[in-house]
Amino acid sequence: MDESMTETTQYLTFKLEDEVYATTISQVREVLEYSKVTKVPRTPDYMRGVINLRGRVVPVLDLKLRFGMNRTEQTVNTCVIIVEVDMDGETMIIGALADSVQEVIELDASLIEPPPKIGTKLNTDFIRGMGKRDDKFIIILDIDRVFSAENLGAVRATMAEPETVAE
Amino acid sequence: MKDRNQQAFVEEAKELLAGLEEAVLEIERDPLNTELIGKIFRTMHTIKGSSAMFGFESIASFTHELETAFDCVREGTMQVTPELVTLTLASRDHIASLLLVVEDGLQVDEALTSKGNAILRQLRTLMPQAAEPGVAAKTPAATVSDPNADSQKSVLYRIYFKPPENIFLRGLNPANLIEELAAMGDEEHVVHADSPSVQEPEGADLCRSIYDILLSTAHPAEGIRDVFIFVEEDSELRIEKLYDAAPLGKDKWQPLLETMRASKGVPTSSLQALINETEGRREKVKVDATADGGTGRHQEQRAIHSIKVPSERLDKLVNLVGELVTVQARLTIAAMNLTDPTLTQIAEEVEALIAELRDNAMSMRMVPIGTTFMRFQRLVRDLSVELGKEIRLVTEGEDTELDKTVIERLGDPLVHMIRNSIDHGIESPDMREAAGKPRTGTICLSAAHSGTNVNVTVSDDGRGFDVEAIRLRAVAQGMIKPDSHPTEQELFAFAFAPGFSTSKEVTSVSGRGVGMDVVRRNIEDLGGKIEIASKQGQGSTFTLKLPLTLAIIEGLLVRVNDELFVLPLAAVKECVELPPWNARRGNGGQLINVRGEIVPYVRLRDYFEMTGSAPSIEYAVIAEVEGKRCGFAVDSIIGEQQVVIKSIGKSYKDVKGISGATVLGDGALALIIDIPVVLSTAESERERLLRLASADVRVESSGSLAIRGEAQ
Repeated sequence: MDESMTETTQYLTFKLEDEVYATTISQVREVLEYSKVTKVPRTPDYMRGVINLRGRVVPVLDLKLRFGMNRTEQTVNTCVIIVEVDMDGETMIIGALADSVQEVIELDASLIEPPPKIGTKLNTDFIRGMGKRDDKFIIILDIDRVFSAENLGAVRATMAEPETVAE
Repeated sequence: MKDRNQQAFVEEAKELLAGLEEAVLEIERDPLNTELIGKIFRTMHTIKGSSAMFGFESIASFTHELETAFDCVREGTMQVTPELVTLTLASRDHIASLLLVVEDGLQVDEALTSKGNAILRQLRTLMPQAAEPGVAAKTPAATVSDPNADSQKSVLYRIYFKPPENIFLRGLNPANLIEELAAMGDEEHVVHADSPSVQEPEGADLCRSIYDILLSTAHPAEGIRDVFIFVEEDSELRIEKLYDAAPLGKDKWQPLLETMRASKGVPTSSLQALINETEGRREKVKVDATADGGTGRHQEQRAIHSIKVPSERLDKLVNLVGELVTVQARLTIAAMNLTDPTLTQIAEEVEALIAELRDNAMSMRMVPIGTTFMRFQRLVRDLSVELGKEIRLVTEGEDTELDKTVIERLGDPLVHMIRNSIDHGIESPDMREAAGKPRTGTICLSAAHSGTNVNVTVSDDGRGFDVEAIRLRAVAQGMIKPDSHPTEQELFAFAFAPGFSTSKEVTSVSGRGVGMDVVRRNIEDLGGKIEIASKQGQGSTFTLKLPLTLAIIEGLLVRVNDELFVLPLAAVKECVELPPWNARRGNGGQLINVRGEIVPYVRLRDYFEMTGSAPSIEYAVIAEVEGKRCGFAVDSIIGEQQVVIKSIGKSYKDVKGISGATVLGDGALALIIDIPVVLSTAESERERLLRLASADVRVESSGSLAIRGEAQ
């Protein structure tokens, strides 16, 4: 982790509820306005469905549901951040829902601290570090881990038996 | 393997090996075909040369010995025997396995080396003792006088002909003589002296032309001389062999003709020097390029007119075009709404162009089925030798094109079917003779377009189905009642039932069905159908009806809530209304009465656990899967549509019942339903719920077994 933080990196910041999150810009392909998402039946709620990205079927995930927050509702600011995720050695294109997209910032490695052990709502596995800017904290996500097949699979496993969800 | 050049070598070598197999199998039928022998020799030579160049000594040294053997064949000191053919095929396989090792960047191990040596040892026993590599080129043209002139390889002659001045007065015309020559092979000539062309002006009394002719023919020199038999005595005629190492295509003659045109009576030796200069060099680079005659010329053309493109790029192109089609649909709608004539015109032009683009892009994915057919020559040869049968494989329609995915997945079912025909269809030679049939059985593999389908048929002239034996067997297995008399087609269908005729009893009599259920499943996975026609004692024909492409299917668009789904139209039989009084019938299960027939159905809303309630009148789409009818209840039916199938990706790979997605005209996505999967999961879930329900001693009175409803 240290070597990746020895230099200035660009991040895209976005908001989930009131908190500011960020991901390395190199993994971001584009940002789309929220459009109709086709729900794939029998999948977890946070897997919002699929969209058509110029002929490509791209899955869209609700980051807030994934992090245990409320479902992302559609507003004028709702965006789909299209990211490239490394999944089992394969690059996959996935859309992530965000309440709003903020800006592209540069953060010096020295301004990034390791993730805190306590005090965040989400699993620290998903956090690459805490960035500091204008005395505010930015949660830098490890997008690969958020979307890793293993983690998605864990949730899918509970879906195999429908009544487990119902109970 | 890292090196791109080495990778290129491996790919080229694989292609050469494929061509080699074809040529070797052909030469078995036509052992005197010198053109084929030359082709085999050149292929070996190329593999040897380029493998040595890229540092694959193991391949080079092995191929070298094989090349030597065919050099002997070329010289006539060794015959093409079945043993040689078998060994050559084994060698081909050995080279292929060497290539695989090399491709993975591994070292050739002991076992493989000793296997290769064993092949070579056998090969050496076939070879004449004196045979030494490299002496081939000096062989005199003794073979030219072989009476079997037609199978001789073409030799290029230079004919210098100065007719007598009074040739016209004798009622002869040099032009006619030249025409006669042209009929013997490829001919070009240069005319010297006063007249500019062969066509002498009418009424001219004297001929002052000198003809310098190039003729590539399989006929011996004597045959050429015979053409001039009436004028030979008092004309100047020289027939000289220019080049015979390999057939020299007519397109390579230009430099020769130019030289001949430039200087009257240029010595033959300088022409030969010219050929050797160009051909020697070319032979090193690409041996096949000099090949003339049917196959050689064909290949040459193919090389020029086609390029290799990785299939992923093609897939991407087709995807992009598919997307363009949907965007164009939106443009057309927008243009219509705006009623701007300029925009409408542009939209129409775009529409026409995109339609053409789409057709072109789809056609790029089409590949001829011939390459698949070629594999089977070998299969038939090996298997018939093994089983002691005499079988000939005839292929037709090799040029028929199919989507590459279909072709890739067609191979295994075809292998099954051909094995079946060889094993059970064709009788032993003695039995065939006793039945008054030729000893050699024929299996015909053909492909042809038929509407939007491609029909691939495998037919044999073997013993055919024993209809009565199948019926008895079906009765014995309890599939039909003893007193029922199903049609032949219905009986043939039993051959595809899993485990039906794997029993020895039927195999020995009618002998079909080993793995045929697998064949049928594979074909159905491809969206195809399989039909059987058979006449006892006369043979059977299996017809595979396959869709042209998998990328686009006909679908039925249906709606549940606001979500759209596509049901593949191939499986859909009819659509019916599903009013509440019909839907609620049944005891515990969901059944619908379709004109008196009770059909079970699955409510997609329940299956997909969708929220909301169904409208008062639903619709049921009745589909047929594996001969069973079943329904799918939906909110409404929108209509038929051609859909471009797209994968929904890895993150949804575990979702059951969805086989893909498609982009609709407005850019939205609709999910494509995998009918067989939905049915099987719905069935197992219903069973489980029924168990749960009975354990609770609580049965839903409505009969609607909503999963959530039950579990709460």
